[in-house]
Amino acid sequence: MNEDQKMQEPSESLDMTDSAPTNTPDGTDAPKMTARNVDVFYGEKQAIKNLSIDVSMDNVTAFIGPSGCGKSTFLRCMNRMNDTIPIARVTGEIRLEGDDIYAPQMDVVQLRARVGMVFQKPNPFPKSIYDNIAYGPRIHGLSTSKDELDHIVESSLQRAGLWGEVKDRLQDSGTALSGGQQQRLCIARAVAVDPEVILMDEPCSALDPIATAKIEELIDELRGKYAIVIVTHNMQQAARVSQKTAFFHLGTLVEYGDTTDIFTNPREEKTRDYITGRYG
Amino acid sequence: MANSGTEHTVKAFDSDINQLRGMVAEIGGRSEQAISKAMRALENSDLELAAEVVREDKLIDDLEKRIDELTFQTIALRAPMADDLRELIATFKISGVVERIGDYAKNIAKRVPIVTQTSRLTPISLLPSMSKIASELVRDALDAFARRDAELAMEVNRRDQIVDDFYNSIFRAVITHMIENPKDIGEAAHLLFIAKNLERIGDHATNVAEMVYFAATGEPMPERTRGENPATPLDDALSDEAD
Repeated sequence: MNEDQKMQEPSESLDMTDSAPTNTPDGTDAPKMTARNVDVFYGEKQAIKNLSIDVSMDNVTAFIGPSGCGKSTFLRCMNRMNDTIPIARVTGEIRLEGDDIYAPQMDVVQLRARVGMVFQKPNPFPKSIYDNIAYGPRIHGLSTSKDELDHIVESSLQRAGLWGEVKDRLQDSGTALSGGQQQRLCIARAVAVDPEVILMDEPCSALDPIATAKIEELIDELRGKYAIVIVTHNMQQAARVSQKTAFFHLGTLVEYGDTTDIFTNPREEKTRDYITGRYG
Repeated sequence: MANSGTEHTVKAFDSDINQLRGMVAEIGGRSEQAISKAMRALENSDLELAAEVVREDKLIDDLEKRIDELTFQTIALRAPMADDLRELIATFKISGVVERIGDYAKNIAKRVPIVTQTSRLTPISLLPSMSKIASELVRDALDAFARRDAELAMEVNRRDQIVDDFYNSIFRAVITHMIENPKDIGEAAHLLFIAKNLERIGDHATNVAEMVYFAATGEPMPERTRGENPATPLDDALSDEAD
């Protein structure tokens, strides 16, 4: 992390967070994660340019934009998934509840428990449904007894809207479930370690419309319990599930605001062209 | 934000939108023509022309239905967003309002056979000027739609006051005439309805202008500010534009 940039105050000139929730006395709409002046490079190529954004608990935030615009790259920065890419370099500041997630003392395993991720393709472990959920709580030592673990598994599956469908076959393999069920299993797995933020990278793109609707309904139910950020290519989905939308283009955050405004009256012409299907 | 005119990646979407724009221009043109024909029929006591206006209203009604169908279809199939969505919603509403304008013109035409001897009524001399302005408002509102011109839409909204003022003058003049010539009350009442129809046409033109403004800017049109002097209760009652 660049020390100069760490010291730098959030830029006023490129403050895309005007309309972001601000700290309120009771803290309800306080940002859960804040990014300031984030640059990301893959080798020489700059993938994210001076990006600042706030993400709150009360709103689902959607990242939209054409392929290669940096939305997934930025999402992966939010729980340091880019650490696994040797040529990736991140500068600027990303904070979770005030903690600098790129600080040397930050435990990345712990960070990823606090900031969970759900991927495009459901990726359950080749283990039982029960063990898929129990895995995280076990390694993070979140339970002290079998009963407690059972309770975490049940409540996580319930939160993910999957309990009713799997409660009688918890020992079946997670990979034997349907695609939509597998994705909800992955959400249950993320929820099991009691995260603060859930990042979703195209969570429905491999699912049929019914399974998609169930995930969208689930996202709505989880809103307020976790800060949720979703990357989606499906603009209708962004419009349906999110309250805040961020439009990315060529590595910059072009526009960030209320989803209803972005989809009915965007301020930027680039946003307008993209969401109305006039993009290049 | 005005429509920049950039084409959609899906060309069929542009073709739907262009077809709708053409249809809105047509329904607007037909309703303007209906107003001018109805007024000409009234001035010349031309019963044949009046009957033509009544007949041709059917074309306006049909056009409205076709616009609504295509708008509905386009919304369902293309899932429009932002200015596209605003334009389609505006198109849907404008077609209904313009159809009503056609109805008012038809209603004027229907009164032509009844009001053939009114040339003695002095207020009738004001009607051609009033109808000219009402008709211009309709034309300008639809031009504003074609050009996404929020400024022109605002101007239409302001100019509607002139039509309202005409109506108030005619109302007073007709009432005075009725008091002085009780035997003319029947015909004078029809005359008053004609003036009222023109006044309503002006209001509907401002409705179109409001939708144009919304489609062009994404914001509701700022409310029209009435004159410095608050209207009298009579003025207020006379100009019962849709609030």
